[in-house]
Amino acid sequence: FQDQAEQFFRSGHTNNWAVLVCTSRFWFNYRHVANTLSVYRSVKRLGIPDSHIVLMLADDMACNPRNPKPATVFSHKNMELNVYGDDVEVDYRSYEVTVENFLRVLTGRIPPSTPRSKRLLSDDRSNILIYMTGHGGNGFLKFQDSEEITNVELADAFEQMWQKRRYNELLFIIDTCQGASMYERFYSPNIMALASSQVGEDSLSHQPDLGIGVHLMDRYTFYVLEFLEEIHPASQTNMNDLFQVCPKSLCVSTPGHRTDLFQRDPQNVLITDFFGSVRKVEITTETISLDRDLAGFESEFPEGELATEPLKYAEQLPVAQIIHQKPKQKDWHPPGGFILGLWALIIMVFFKTYGIKHMKHVF
Amino acid sequence: RPRQVRLVVPIAVAFSPGSVPGDLPRPLPFRDVQEMEITVNLRTSVTSHYEMVYRGTTAQEEAALAAATAREADAALRPLQDVSMGSLTMYVVPETSSLLPQGISVYVGKHRSALVRAGGSLAALQARLQQVTQLMSFTATSMAAALSDRVPDGRLSPDARRYLKSSLGYEITFSLLNPDPKSHAVDWDIEGAVNCYVKPVLDKLSLVANFSVDSQILYYAVLGVTPRYDKESSSFLLSTHSLPHVINPVEARLGSSAASLYPVLNFLLYVPERSHSPLYIQDKDGAPVSTNAFHSPRWGGIMVYNVEASASPQASLPLHVDVDMARVMEVFLAQLRLLFGLSREELPAEFLLESPGNEGLADWELDHLLWAHTVENIATVSTTLTSLAQLLDKIGNIVIKDDVASEVYRAVASVQSAVAKLGKGHLYSAFQASKEAVTSSERAFFDPSLLHLLYFPDDQKFAIYIPLFLPMAVPILLSLAKIVRETRQRKKEPTKMD
Repeated sequence: FQDQAEQFFRSGHTNNWAVLVCTSRFWFNYRHVANTLSVYRSVKRLGIPDSHIVLMLADDMACNPRNPKPATVFSHKNMELNVYGDDVEVDYRSYEVTVENFLRVLTGRIPPSTPRSKRLLSDDRSNILIYMTGHGGNGFLKFQDSEEITNVELADAFEQMWQKRRYNELLFIIDTCQGASMYERFYSPNIMALASSQVGEDSLSHQPDLGIGVHLMDRYTFYVLEFLEEIHPASQTNMNDLFQVCPKSLCVSTPGHRTDLFQRDPQNVLITDFFGSVRKVEITTETISLDRDLAGFESEFPEGELATEPLKYAEQLPVAQIIHQKPKQKDWHPPGGFILGLWALIIMVFFKTYGIKHMKHVF
Repeated sequence: RPRQVRLVVPIAVAFSPGSVPGDLPRPLPFRDVQEMEITVNLRTSVTSHYEMVYRGTTAQEEAALAAATAREADAALRPLQDVSMGSLTMYVVPETSSLLPQGISVYVGKHRSALVRAGGSLAALQARLQQVTQLMSFTATSMAAALSDRVPDGRLSPDARRYLKSSLGYEITFSLLNPDPKSHAVDWDIEGAVNCYVKPVLDKLSLVANFSVDSQILYYAVLGVTPRYDKESSSFLLSTHSLPHVINPVEARLGSSAASLYPVLNFLLYVPERSHSPLYIQDKDGAPVSTNAFHSPRWGGIMVYNVEASASPQASLPLHVDVDMARVMEVFLAQLRLLFGLSREELPAEFLLESPGNEGLADWELDHLLWAHTVENIATVSTTLTSLAQLLDKIGNIVIKDDVASEVYRAVASVQSAVAKLGKGHLYSAFQASKEAVTSSERAFFDPSLLHLLYFPDDQKFAIYIPLFLPMAVPILLSLAKIVRETRQRKKEPTKMD
C-alpha cells in the first residue's frame, strides 16, 4: 500500500526539458548572462543533456571586447566559478533571441528548416523548466532593449502548449524587476511559477566584481544557485524548500510563487523533477525466443548490388513558397477611412468656424 | 456534443462437433451483437461493438482441428480464415478435447484465431469468449491509455501513460558501450543481427509506422553509477535504486539523430570494465535479473553483457569478445515490444499464448497496436482542430493561408472517414485515414504563419492613440461647441427681430 501511495504522488513524467532565456544585451547586463549560464550549469550537472536544453543568450559576454578575462563568465566574486566552461551549447545567440523566436520555440510553430537543437521537442510526459531573466516591468519583459513580451502573450503561449499537450508539468522561474506580474495571467493547468520580486519591487543584483567591473549575478538567482549546489541527482528535497530560498533579509525584494494551477502538493514535488532528469526504469523480465537456426534472412538485394534510388537534393529553402509569396500582411493600421473622415471633420469645422470667405486667403 | 466512436470487431465463432452448448437461443448459424461502452470522460466515450457470427465448422476446418497439437492446428487453420485486420475467429472445441493441454482452456495462436474449450453452458462460453476477444483486440484499459489525454487526472496512475505515443515513424539506435577498450576488443555483428532478427520484426511493424535503424560504438563511455562488490557471489551488483541515474551521463554522448524529428529509441549494450566484471542488475528482492537488462518508458533499454572471465591471468589483453547477437536481440526485441505496450505478463493461468517466433509479434498484437493508435490519432486530431478553432476565435487578426485551410479541410475529411471505417470494421483503412488526418492537422496547427504576435492590450491602445488625437481633438471640440452656440443664437435672433 505504501508503494501505491508513493506512486500516486510521484510525477508522471518521462523526460525533462529546460528553456533558459537571457533577454538583455550590452556589457553592463553581464549578470543576466551569468544568471542564465549558472542555471544551465546546474541543470546539466543534475542530468539534463544538451539535446534537451534550449539556451537563449541575447549577448556574448565571454568574448565581449570589454571582458578582461576572455572566454569566461564568472558567477562569484574573486572569480571562483567560471560558468562558461568548455561545453556550453548556446542554441539561440545574440540577435536570434527575439520574442518571436521565443514564442515559436514554445508553441512549436517553427519553420521546417530549423535544426533539431533549436526545437523544443517535448511531449505530454515532459516536465519543462523555463527560466527567464533580464529587465522587466509590471506585466512585461524587455527583449534586446527593443521589444517586449507581455504576461498575456506568455500565458497564451502556455495555453497553446497545453492544448497540444506539449508539457506534463511546467516550472516557470523569472528573475527580473516586478517578476511576479509575469505569472499573474497564467491560466493553464500544471504550472508552478516562482519570481524574484513582487509587483512594485525591484530585483537587486548581488555583488560587483572590481576586476571585471560589473555586477556578476542577481541576488535571487545567486541564492537559488547556492541552494541547487546542495542538490544531487538522488536528493529528495522538495519545492517547499525552494520557496524559502532568498528571504527578504537576503534578497531585499520579496520572492513570490504561484502554485494554484499545479495539481500536486509542492511538498511532493522533488527539485529533481524539474532540474534534473531522473528516469523511470523497469526491469526487463520478458524475453522473446528467436530461432537461431534460421540461415540468415535473405537480404532483399544480392551482395554487391545496391538498390539505387535516384538521389534528390533536399530543398533547403521553400523556394516555391518564396517565389509565389504574397506580400506579408503589414502591422495593424487604423483603417484609411477613419483618417479621411477625421480630416474631413477637421476641415469642415475649421471653415464653419471661421467662415468660407476666408478660403480665398488660404488659397 | 458527446463524441461517439464505434469500434466494430467482426468475430466468427465456429463450433466444432461435440462442442455446441445445449442452451443456444437459436439454431446455428446466427448473428449476435454485443455492445459495451467505455467511458473515458463526460464527453468522450468509445463503444465497442462485437459482431459475432455463430456457426458450425466446415469440413476443412474440422480436418485442421484434428491435428495433434494446437500449434499445428493453428497453422493449418490460417489459410481458412478471414485475414483482414481487426477480425477474429474463435474455434470452440469440445470440453474433453485433447487438442488443448491439460488445465488450459484457451489457446491463442499467432495469427488472428484462438481455440477455446467449451464450458458447458452458453453463458460460461460467452464469458470466456469475451475475455479472449478483449485480449486480442482492445480492453477498457488500453482504450483509456490511448485516450490518456482526456482521462480526468487522478483516475489514471502516472504509469499508465508510459507507452510510446502514436507517431508516423520511429528511429531505433543500437549502441555498443565499451568503457574499457584496453581490456576488451568487442566485436558485434550488428548488421547481420539487424538483417537476421530485427528486420522481420520491423517489417511486420512497418504497417504501423516507418522505422529506421542505425548503430554506433562508443568507447570510454561509463555508467554514472559505481557498482557495489558482493563477496558472496563475487560479482558486482547494480541495485534498482541506482538504475535511474545510469542513463543520464551516457545520454549526452548518444547523439540523438540530428536529421529526423521522429522519436528515438535507444538500445544500449554495455560491456563492463574488466575491473567491474561480472556485473549483474539486482531486482527489488536482491536477486540478479535473468535478462541483466532494464528499460525506460519512451526512451529505450540497456543490457549488460558480461564477458566470461578468461581462465588464465596471462591471457594477453585486449581480450577478443564476440557478442552473441541472438541473445542480445532476444532482450532488445522484447524491450521494443514492452515500449510499445505489448506485454504478455498479466494473463489468466488457463490461457496459453503461442510465441510469435522471429516475427516478434503475433497478428493480433499488431491489431492491438492498430486499434490503440487509430483511436489515439482520432482523439489527437479532434483536440488539435478544436484548439485551432479556439485560437482563431480568440485572436481575430490571424490570417489563414490557403494551404493551412486546405490542410484543415483534409484533416476533417480524413477523420470523418476514419470514424466511418471503424464503424464498418475496416481496421487498416481506418488506421491509414487516421494517419493522414494527424499529418494534416499537425501541419495546419504548427504552420509557422499562425503566430499571434498581434496582441494589442487595451491600455496600450489608449497609450498610443491618446497623445496623438487628444491635442488635435481639443480645437475641434471647442469649435464644434462654438458652432452649436452660434446656431442656437441664430435661431433665437429671427424671433427677436420679429
